[in-house]
Amino acid sequence: MSLSEYTDQWLSAVMPQVSEGPGWLTDLRQGAVEQFATSGLPHARLENWKYTDVKALAKRDFRLPKKVDAAELVAEKSLGVQGLRLVFVDGLFSPEQSDLGELPKGVNVLPLADNANAAKTVLGQVAAANFSGFTALNLASWQDGVLIDLANNAVLEQPVYLQFVSTAQDNAVLIQPRILIKAGVHAQATVIEHYSGAEEAASFSNVVTEVDLADGARITHYKLQQESTKQYHVASLHVQQQRDSRFTSHNICLGGKLARQDIQVELNAEGAEVYLDGLYLGNGRQHLDNHTLVNHNAPHTNSNEDYKGILNDRSRGVFNGSAVVHRNAQKIEAHQSNANLLLSDKAEIDTKPELEIYADDVKCSHGSTTGQLDESALFALRSRGIDEAMARGLLTLAFANEVIDRIEIPEVHDQIEEAVAGRLPEKFNLKGLV
Amino acid sequence: MLEVKDLRVSVEDKEILKGLNLTINPGEVHAIMGPNGAGKSTLSAVIAGRDGYEVTGGSITFEGEDVLEMEIEERARAGMLLGFQYPVEIPGVKNVYLLKAALNAKREHLGLPEIEAPEFMKLVREKLQFMKMDNSFLHRSVNEGFSGGEKKRNEILQMLILEPKLALLDEIDSGLDIDALKVVAEGVNSLRDEGRSIVMVTHYQRLLDYIVPDHIHVLSGGKIIKSGDKSLALELEERGYDWVIEEAAQ
Repeated sequence: MSLSEYTDQWLSAVMPQVSEGPGWLTDLRQGAVEQFATSGLPHARLENWKYTDVKALAKRDFRLPKKVDAAELVAEKSLGVQGLRLVFVDGLFSPEQSDLGELPKGVNVLPLADNANAAKTVLGQVAAANFSGFTALNLASWQDGVLIDLANNAVLEQPVYLQFVSTAQDNAVLIQPRILIKAGVHAQATVIEHYSGAEEAASFSNVVTEVDLADGARITHYKLQQESTKQYHVASLHVQQQRDSRFTSHNICLGGKLARQDIQVELNAEGAEVYLDGLYLGNGRQHLDNHTLVNHNAPHTNSNEDYKGILNDRSRGVFNGSAVVHRNAQKIEAHQSNANLLLSDKAEIDTKPELEIYADDVKCSHGSTTGQLDESALFALRSRGIDEAMARGLLTLAFANEVIDRIEIPEVHDQIEEAVAGRLPEKFNLKGLV
Repeated sequence: MLEVKDLRVSVEDKEILKGLNLTINPGEVHAIMGPNGAGKSTLSAVIAGRDGYEVTGGSITFEGEDVLEMEIEERARAGMLLGFQYPVEIPGVKNVYLLKAALNAKREHLGLPEIEAPEFMKLVREKLQFMKMDNSFLHRSVNEGFSGGEKKRNEILQMLILEPKLALLDEIDSGLDIDALKVVAEGVNSLRDEGRSIVMVTHYQRLLDYIVPDHIHVLSGGKIIKSGDKSLALELEERGYDWVIEEAAQ
């Protein structure tokens, strides 16, 4: 059976959601339904999906989520970040566990399902419905999410912590958050998207995030994916940047049976710069795919990308980082690197940094490495009495720390470091050491 | 404590140590001196278990155990620690992790539970202060971006925390200015104890002004050709190595 044969099954599952919302929204949703009916889920013949086969996902029967109480799970999985907190259980906003605190002037943080009209001019402005079948599906049937709207010069000092928790359900659930961030001129904020859940949760998270940065705006975005290894997770982050704006992304991918993250950045005016940091760590048979695309559409724009992967057991990683320098986008800098550590003979990485350059006065670099641990460092640690497995663990964590150490929120930094240490192969377990 | 008998070692089929004998008793401080290329660093590398050295004859025992049969980490746990001539930089591994993992490995070997966090921090802070090192050092990566002097101080700090029975210091004085040398020497001297032995491999007599050895050996051509007390160092300083080598040849 080809993937397209599942399209109807998916459409009928999400149909009740398509009619949710005000008229302008249901019109938009209906358009996306048609997109999805045409495209279906992406198949492996598409270049961008060559290494990630979603057939097993396509075949599954998902239901729309219902409101459930998961206070304990939410508390257990919380990173305890100081600041605003919005909790979503199986994708639905949970006001009881959320804390919207006192917002400074010019800042709006609104759960989306109840405030759809506030998002009328924002929704779908950055993420094209036809980016992939998943993006179309999300637009057609997102259930909830958040709108973070920052007026010109509005500065949100504390981070906005978006906690998504998946519960274990008899029938697997389709969780489709929509996250909208709109930053006015010189506005600033930090947003954390954190996904985790019950160990037995086997749902599907299909996330779309749109970020729009006006002149001089600064947004730092954390995507922390720690879902169960039974969960499917597909997400795309779409960013549009105006003059002198800066966007920083920390993308930490630890969970999921199959996880795919797309990041698309449009640098549309001079002085715009983007930093893309990523770490993926695979165990068992996890399949972790990261695709990033930066379009340098204007001169004097900069992009810096550093992704690191650790793959153990039979896990598989995919990295595709693409930077496109368009004609007349002179004086740009684009730097990209992807390094991978393979901890087992059966682990695999498919990595492809790509540069496409149509301007002549540019500074670009790209590279990818795949290897094992440094023998002289291993000897130095063992010569202090540290056994080989632990020494390997410390060096593996060190490799990950090159990315983790750029996380600026202490609670997030420490817990991600601990989570990474705890997910290293069992005999390398450093839990308690960090 | 350490007994090296007729040790023969080759590196890439070239014989470097050609029947070396050395006995270190508890509480003794020995200095092994000699011209460049004599095999000084080979000796410490073989005792620590570094790859690439082929032992073609002889034996090394530590407290009666066959060292050559032990894994690298077992040697350290048994109480032998090597202070490196060129300490390796290990980006991303914080000093505090290395110290804690190493100390707990030793404690496990001794049948002790893992050290409690407050006790560990107290111990580490005290030793840091002794080595005139800042607390921020703990959260820096091992040796990354350290000056030559900081690297050597770090080696001694590890010794102070891990308290080996035998400290083997390979050219611990190389690349140090006089102030750094004094700090390092003070650290080493504080390790001196009737149960602990120290072996210093050095090219320069200067170190021995600060850490006064009980015994001095001259290593040349892969063998120890002369041994004596601390007065030998002064003689070497004045007259060089040639006379010892000539004397040995006769």
